[in-house]
Amino acid sequence: MKKFNYHLVKDIKEAKKLSSPNSTFLAGGMTTIPSMKLGLGTYKDIIDIKGIKKLSGIKVSGKILKIGATTKHVEVANSKEVKKSIPSLAALAEGIGDPQVRNKGTIGGSIANNDPAADYPSACIALNASINTSNNRKIDSENFFRGLFETALKKGEIIESIEFEIPLKSNYQKFPNPASRYAIVGVYVSKYKSGTNVAVTGAKSCVYNDKDLSKALSNNFSSSAIDKVKISSSGMSSDIHASGNYRANMVKVFAKKAVEAC
Amino acid sequence: MASLVGSRVERKEDKRFLTGKGRYTADINLANQTYAVFIRSPHARAKIKKIDTSKALKASGVVDILTGKHIAQDKIGGLIAGWAIRSEDGSEMKCPANPPLANDSVNFVGDPVAVVFAETLDEVKEAANLVDVDYKVLKAVTSLAHTMKSETIHEGIDKNLCYDWLLGDRQKVKEAFDKADRIIKLDIVNNRLIPNAMEPRACVIDYNTASEEITCYTTSQNPHLSRLIMSAFGGVAPENKLRVVAPDVGGGFGSKINLYNEEIVCSWAAKKIERPIKWVAERTESFLTDTHGRDHITHAELAVTNDGKFLGFKNETIANLGAYARVFGTVTPTYLFGPCATGVYVMPAAYSNVKAVYTNTAPVDAYRGAGRPEATYTIERIVDKAAIELGLDPIEIRMKNFPTEFPFKQTLVHQIDSGDYVSGLKKAKQMSDYDGFAARKKDSESKGKLRGIGVTTYFEACGIAPSPVVMMLGCGVGLWESAEVRFNPTGQVTVYTGSHSHGQSHQTTFAQIAADELGVPIENIDIVHGDTDKGTFGMGTYGSRSLAVGGVAIINACKKIVTKGKKIAAKMLEASEEEVEFKDGEFVVAKSNKKKTIGEVAFASYLPGVRDEVKSPLPEGEEPGLIESSFYDPSNFSFPAGSHICEVEIDPETGEVKLDKYTAVDDFGTIVNPLIVEGQVHGGLAQGIGQALYENAQYDETGQLITASYMDYTMPRADNFPEFNIGYTCTKATTNPLGVKGCGEAGTIAATPTVMNAVINALGGKEISLPATAEKVWKACKENKGSNAKAA
Repeated sequence: MKKFNYHLVKDIKEAKKLSSPNSTFLAGGMTTIPSMKLGLGTYKDIIDIKGIKKLSGIKVSGKILKIGATTKHVEVANSKEVKKSIPSLAALAEGIGDPQVRNKGTIGGSIANNDPAADYPSACIALNASINTSNNRKIDSENFFRGLFETALKKGEIIESIEFEIPLKSNYQKFPNPASRYAIVGVYVSKYKSGTNVAVTGAKSCVYNDKDLSKALSNNFSSSAIDKVKISSSGMSSDIHASGNYRANMVKVFAKKAVEAC
Repeated sequence: MASLVGSRVERKEDKRFLTGKGRYTADINLANQTYAVFIRSPHARAKIKKIDTSKALKASGVVDILTGKHIAQDKIGGLIAGWAIRSEDGSEMKCPANPPLANDSVNFVGDPVAVVFAETLDEVKEAANLVDVDYKVLKAVTSLAHTMKSETIHEGIDKNLCYDWLLGDRQKVKEAFDKADRIIKLDIVNNRLIPNAMEPRACVIDYNTASEEITCYTTSQNPHLSRLIMSAFGGVAPENKLRVVAPDVGGGFGSKINLYNEEIVCSWAAKKIERPIKWVAERTESFLTDTHGRDHITHAELAVTNDGKFLGFKNETIANLGAYARVFGTVTPTYLFGPCATGVYVMPAAYSNVKAVYTNTAPVDAYRGAGRPEATYTIERIVDKAAIELGLDPIEIRMKNFPTEFPFKQTLVHQIDSGDYVSGLKKAKQMSDYDGFAARKKDSESKGKLRGIGVTTYFEACGIAPSPVVMMLGCGVGLWESAEVRFNPTGQVTVYTGSHSHGQSHQTTFAQIAADELGVPIENIDIVHGDTDKGTFGMGTYGSRSLAVGGVAIINACKKIVTKGKKIAAKMLEASEEEVEFKDGEFVVAKSNKKKTIGEVAFASYLPGVRDEVKSPLPEGEEPGLIESSFYDPSNFSFPAGSHICEVEIDPETGEVKLDKYTAVDDFGTIVNPLIVEGQVHGGLAQGIGQALYENAQYDETGQLITASYMDYTMPRADNFPEFNIGYTCTKATTNPLGVKGCGEAGTIAATPTVMNAVINALGGKEISLPATAEKVWKACKENKGSNAKAA
């Protein structure tokens, strides 16, 4: 690993001040540190934001579940508030990586990284989340996830919290890659009065809202409604673990499983 | 005294390993050590045009950079194949030179071309990035099926063919096939695996400038053999100036049998730079350069009668050796594979024909089971196919063809001394509730799932091996084992063994057998292994040989101790040697009921002479001390066997295969420690199931390994397995005094065909290739559904 300066900052202001084109923010470091070890990411300054108190915590107010960016997966998984308001989100957190990852990794880190096979981005899309940032922006999930490891965040902009809209019911089902245990396909279904969202991760280069599935389930919230939807394999990722065709099939199968588990 | 053999003695190793106190090679740090990084070819096949080290040499902390040219200048020899295999036409096998650092051409991704030494690990990594190697890239040969028609990789080795080997009689097979009612045919690919020992390879080298002695700490399954090769073939140093130590080693599975490039290069270089050297492989280096396993393409045919009797068998295999032939590389697909091709059955005629070829991939060598899993997979799959085609139950067809009398002369080579295959299969049938399968299948179907059951019966040739036999077959060394038993004057015992424990728990098992032989408490017995400076020469650990060969050497040395002890005791007890009985650690004279413990006798043996009460007990002409050694050469292989039955449940919507039940009934002969044997069976099953469902090393057409990390290479995990249901039958081996047969490889050999037979059973007999990944199974389910719809 190349040498770098490590800064443990106390507030957002300090973090922003240190930010430069050669810096990166560090929360759980579950992606940043391995990529530095492999020489894929090299930085002059590592700005550790875990010490910023206001970035961590879980709070329910009305129909909104708000989770601070540096809240760890294990905290989400074990949170009474989350289990009560959106149990599927606690279950999703419980299923990320392994105990080590869950005890270090953070929700903000996962979302900011936008790995195409990460779990949390699908929760954001399905649960009508908005992402609050240090630039005083409130970004809708649909506009936040832009592409492969790409988000709407600007250089130096930090995620502060994520606000999820509490659904009537919801469920997340994933088909893990047998080697890495990342999602080959993960489907998050959430039902609101206004309609149903179906968010899909792992299948394409970026998480997306499957409009056809969402529409079908908005009209008729049952797994049989999914039978009639045709999922195209176009745009699906294809690798040694799963072809595009297979992923397309898995989207449908796991959407059904999620609906049935709702 | 109760016998320790057969009891679940807790492992002496546990305290060390479970509290993180193991001492592995990477734990060793020497004062003033330098760090090494190897520059490896990024290309599968290329000519080296130029290596420019000038920039790197100027980098911070760099001590030296050495290349293949330096190796050649110093006349350091290369890596070798340990077995010379002859082709069917009598010609000798063809092996390319394999210099420790490539000088002219590179032949797989990871082939080392240079080595950088620097003061710190960070500095050496930085400097390694500055070494500039100019390659002329050539077209890589990577397709095993097309290798013989591809460009020649190594000059002078036509068709990339190492040998075209035959075992058996083609004419007899033809005659058997002519008489058959039916010929069952099967084409299979035995997938390539990467051993993935938990501890990556490493070496730490010390060079004493005064004594000119090199000490090489390394991750080896056989340190004595590594020293021999490094000295005799590498020319690094004479054996008396070379000490090889394999301390705690975290798993080998065959991949640490070989002496590797890095150990030769670092041992040679330490003398050159007069500094200690440390090298530890990173995980990706392990993936790229540890020897791989399996990788066969096979066409097999089984001649049967309509009522299911086997008449003849042929096995035509192309085996991948990778870029170079290594220590067990050439024997694994021949003598470790061919004889087992006919399985546990009476097979009137058979042959195995193997073409071993070179490709631009990592060298392929022994991997847990080595040849026997590949052979067993083929025969057990084709027997199941025969059962399907003949409408027979898989257990019934096997029972019909078992030998029932032992010793049993197996078709191709082996004289199997003992066994009882019928009882083993009956027990497995009962333990697995085979008869309840239909009801469980119905239950699965009611949930929309498919269920399949799979059976495998196997034997393997272990206890490797009688030296006269293996040397006749082409082995460059004899495969005996040595032991030395030392009584300290105060009565504790140190046992030196030439075998090596890298997870097998020899410290416990060997102490159990020595404790029983000598009547000494197990706490007072220490097992020493893994250091060429401690104990006599030994051949190491592989091929389930340690107990059946190394254990017997310990017993024989103990017996010599008792023989000498009797002479000493006789004098002490004022009786004749014939009147002294040895039992439970005591020498007893029945008529006078006088006795001496073995500890007392040991003490006395170190005190010759007379003064007051102390009188020399040593008979005239007897040397002082109580130390004996033994070299044991087995008279035959040992033949573990067993029957495994498993059930899988398949979700046709996703193709996921859930291994639901697994029953293993093995005959290992005498079991010394059931606790340790269970661990060996579990580990073996995990790797065998891994091959069936998950593991698959894949190269792309340019020779890049695309499964070079745990992100892509699927290692099985604990949650992939059910609770294993394990049982035993026991027919003792008649060719060794312990009656042991070996247990290290059984699970790996049996599990792969057992699981695949179950998957194929669930798919209604539809063939599917290894490994049965979810997508493949899903496709097969879809095709089945399509053809059923058509049929309807």
